[in-house]
Amino acid sequence: MSWVLVMPIAVPFVTAVVAYLARNYPAGRWISLAGSALSLVASAVLMVAVLNEGVVAAQMSNWNAPFGITLVADYLSAVMVVITAITGLATAIYALGEIPEETESLGFYALFQVLIAGVTGAFLTGDLFNLYVWFEVMLIASFSLLVIGGGKERLDAGIKYVALNLVSTLVFLSGIGLLYGVTGTLNMADLREAVANAENQGLITVIAMMFMVGFGVKAAVFPLFFWLPASYHTPYFTISAVFAGLLTKVGVYALMRMFTLVFVGDVGFTHEILIWVSLLTMFTGVIGAAAQSDFRKILSFHIISQIGYMTLGLALFTPLALMGGVFYLVHHIIVKANLFFVAGLAKQYAGSTDLNRIGGLYKSAPLLAALFIIPAFSLAGFPPLSGFWAKYLIVKAALELDAWFIAFVSLLVGLLTIFSMTKIWGMAFWKPHPDGIDPTPDRAPARVTLAMMIPIIALASMTIVIGFYPEPFVQFAQTAAEQLLDPSDYVTTVLGVQP
Amino acid sequence: MNSIIFTAAARLLVALLFVFSLFMLLRGHHLPGGGFIGGLIGAVAFIVYSLAAGPAEARLALRISPEVIAMVGLGIALLAGLFSFFMGDPFFTGQWYWVGGDSYETSVFSINTVLVFDIGVYLVVLGGILSLTYAFEEET
Repeated sequence: MSWVLVMPIAVPFVTAVVAYLARNYPAGRWISLAGSALSLVASAVLMVAVLNEGVVAAQMSNWNAPFGITLVADYLSAVMVVITAITGLATAIYALGEIPEETESLGFYALFQVLIAGVTGAFLTGDLFNLYVWFEVMLIASFSLLVIGGGKERLDAGIKYVALNLVSTLVFLSGIGLLYGVTGTLNMADLREAVANAENQGLITVIAMMFMVGFGVKAAVFPLFFWLPASYHTPYFTISAVFAGLLTKVGVYALMRMFTLVFVGDVGFTHEILIWVSLLTMFTGVIGAAAQSDFRKILSFHIISQIGYMTLGLALFTPLALMGGVFYLVHHIIVKANLFFVAGLAKQYAGSTDLNRIGGLYKSAPLLAALFIIPAFSLAGFPPLSGFWAKYLIVKAALELDAWFIAFVSLLVGLLTIFSMTKIWGMAFWKPHPDGIDPTPDRAPARVTLAMMIPIIALASMTIVIGFYPEPFVQFAQTAAEQLLDPSDYVTTVLGVQP
Repeated sequence: MNSIIFTAAARLLVALLFVFSLFMLLRGHHLPGGGFIGGLIGAVAFIVYSLAAGPAEARLALRISPEVIAMVGLGIALLAGLFSFFMGDPFFTGQWYWVGGDSYETSVFSINTVLVFDIGVYLVVLGGILSLTYAFEEET
């Protein structure tokens, strides 16, 4: 049973080792691709196990919780692992088209697989210190991926990224230290009880805020998001897509986990702060996007604004809101990674990502235009695409609480999102190319176009499927939210006894 | 560095450091030591050598590129963890075979996956540290 949980982490690690040793040969990229496909299989197996049993847990090295490291998957973890594997596979295909050979021989695929392993590990671990370790694995891999390929711009972005993320990690680590000092345990399930019984609840709230700041930087919430737009527009599109899809979501996931499982003693205080943080995140993100005129910078700011919706789902702390938050998380990863993929292909065709210097894509690449419309409108929340259901759930949850202002801001931000999506649409697709040239798809070799097109089409169809057939996904999110709000199953499975 | 004293001393030091790093690696698990500290000391040996003979010479002495050493180490560590799969135990459960007894006190020595894991860690640390220091030294 326990191997079900290990495989989604072990497969990318093994792939990384093999792909690194084969980095100078064409086989390296196929190994990476095969590894990503295997990861998807492994995560699907995990998903089946979770669907059958509700919560699955395993004690690594046979050291029982709360002393050893526990891997645990509930509905939320399982869906995040699956979506990580899907994004990983899509990215591995996309990389075949974009990544040049000299970058491959620097060990690109190995780093990429380690990144996926780190993200998966963070979703699966049931131990707080282990979570920190996975964050570090992710950070090291992502820093290398950010600067790989060289250039002043990338190094500049990389330094900002790594410096701010290290600060966040330090805050997180101090929080872990304090929490261990107060409770004497770091197993998340065990912490729930220990934190609730702690004498000094004031100190617990302080620690909770440290975690909020630490995870907040990772998730890029207001006012800690500034590293994200400073770095996401410089690396390869493959990289920025996987970053945009997955990295900030790990922060959101960690927030969701800790603030439903452990820090629920003073919901009135902590989650009230989260509400305001979420609203400001949504608003500043979308306003920031409106001021940009670079394809990727607009998308980067939109990540921030969308993160606000997810944390809002957590902050409202009702079953419906959490359900919306989980749904949003899944929908957003697919859509956002896809938009960055589209941006990469648009650059291949038109030569730049600066919206002032490109255009005419609608005429010359109608398929790409259609494929841009799907994730873009989904992001903005157009019915019947997946983003509509996600926003609908959040807004409905706000209305149920009679929180008119929150509902208003959510809708307003949705409107402003459409504004910047139409900006990209108008400038990149409709307006004629400023150089007077016709950006034909022939400018890129067929192999490149094909490798980049497949993941875009696949993710776009997933968006459509979720949009037109949301029922099973909504039901899944509902169960996930129920598990989050009532984690007794989680605690029992991890500790192996009735709490 | 062009100091005859240092170059002469380095020859001795490198060998000593190496023996010490292997000693640290092998006494790990039951006594203070292990792959991490062993790898660090091993890396120090190479760093001393590269200070005495230059990074190009030190790279030759290593024969394999440090990045490959680190990745192979990661692979070995993973294999040590995955081995318990065949024994029906969870990931990373240590597998022990006592020679000449059935526990640490009674046996002469043991063959175990924990040491394999430590060797993996040793190589990861050695390769990781050396890839950093060589890169720094070659730049200046």
